[in-house]
Amino acid sequence: MTLLEARGISAGYGSAEIIHDVSLRVDEAEIITIIGPNGAGKSTLLKTIFGLLRPSTGRITFRGSDVTRASAPKMVAAGAALVPQTHNVFPSLNVRENLQLGGYRRRHGVAARIAEILCLFPDLEHRPTERAANLSGGQRQMLAIGRALMLDPVLLCLDEPTASLSPRMRGQIFEQIRAINEQGVAILMVEQNAKEALRLSDRGYVLVAGRNALEQSGDQLLANADVGRLFLGQRTASA
Amino acid sequence: MGAIGLTLSYGVLKFANFAHGDLMTLGMFLAFAVVVDAGLQGGAIGPLSFGWGMIPAAVVAMAGVTLTILSLDWLVFRPLRARGGGFITMAVASLGLGIGLRAIVQMIWGPAAFRYQSGINEATTIFWDLKVKPDQFFIFGLTLLLVVVVYLLLYRTKLGKAMRATADNPDLAEVAGIETDQIRRWTWVIAGCLIAIAGIMLGIQAQLRFSAGFHLILPMFAAVILGGIGNPWGALIGGMVIGISQEVSTEWIDTGLKPAVPFLILILMLLLRPRGLFGSTI
Repeated sequence: MTLLEARGISAGYGSAEIIHDVSLRVDEAEIITIIGPNGAGKSTLLKTIFGLLRPSTGRITFRGSDVTRASAPKMVAAGAALVPQTHNVFPSLNVRENLQLGGYRRRHGVAARIAEILCLFPDLEHRPTERAANLSGGQRQMLAIGRALMLDPVLLCLDEPTASLSPRMRGQIFEQIRAINEQGVAILMVEQNAKEALRLSDRGYVLVAGRNALEQSGDQLLANADVGRLFLGQRTASA
Repeated sequence: MGAIGLTLSYGVLKFANFAHGDLMTLGMFLAFAVVVDAGLQGGAIGPLSFGWGMIPAAVVAMAGVTLTILSLDWLVFRPLRARGGGFITMAVASLGLGIGLRAIVQMIWGPAAFRYQSGINEATTIFWDLKVKPDQFFIFGLTLLLVVVVYLLLYRTKLGKAMRATADNPDLAEVAGIETDQIRRWTWVIAGCLIAIAGIMLGIQAQLRFSAGFHLILPMFAAVILGGIGNPWGALIGGMVIGISQEVSTEWIDTGLKPAVPFLILILMLLLRPRGLFGSTI
């Protein structure tokens, strides 16, 4: 069943339009990855879906409701969560306070949910009072994902969750994403480590110059020679 | 005391509100309207120079200043924020609004100086030749209480944590589900109450003049930066350092040069420790 659908979205910053007539769909409990070259508008698309940018054209529906002009807090209230690529934790607040803020709209069970999140991310379990500014890149990413999970979202949007992380930490984050998805949470992620992300994904979208270029299953995109050459670092037969 | 509200708005809303002093003046005169213009002095409170009438007057002043500041935010600051108005734009807009408020206060109450109540507030010798008036004891106690309240608000309440989050990164706060416009309004409400109380205390301690708050704006900024922007304890200590330095400096320099002391401290602070004595906590 369709959870999120964006149709014909155009958006950008001021007069500069970055994405043009982009469409995508996320079904319940799916993992969807958006790949594409730098500047293709992947992060802009996520921000637009999440209400941080206003689309100039198009329509976005989430759980059957029109959310085209909904603000980010309204998206959160509707059951979506976003982990931005950078500045995704509150550096002056400690781990527990960051998680508490993730549960800002939660009326009950904040402490119990924090305990569950800390179990999911053992690296954070022993650091509840550590300021987020003092955490490593991987730990910050875990905290950011943990914060996003505080309200039990049905859709988790991740903007380059493994950017600038070590291969070991990257593997851990992908494992966590798989575990979160197994609990029924749909994942929509933008990812530069396309090969690892597509292995996890049910479907993927390729965005080029702000437009839809291709939509296929994760396996099909992994096997696609053009995608392999352009985004997965594979050599062509003649090379 | 004025520095506490200023450090809160500066820390959370991230702009230098140059109308802060004139809003203090407005609070001061709104209380005057209740206790003097409307004649609601009330019976004396022990050795203090003001009566029980100051309590409803403070409520009226807090409501008036808060409504004014919320209206200004809605009419001026919010549209400027929406258009991406930066630090300088907001500061200059607040400077203009401050001039407007001062002119309105002058039009209503005139240029003359007033007092809440006539009479002498007898000073008591504490030790050596140090004399303190009961009003000054009261103001110091109330300031300490307000610093503790603001500290607890910022660090122990859900609203305070949301205020710190909004100060840290407003976009991320929105992504976490926090309605940042609502948080900004709450910050103005709390700052408005603190500004009104500070204005009344200034009126109790000195004379009521239409320019009283304006003359304090730069020493208050000096106190906020000295203590660390957004740090309520820093505002208290910074305010005391600035105030005491100004008064003690007359031992060595001409009284006319006294207003230069906060600027000298401010310049030294910005050169040597720009994050303030205690660092910014928001």
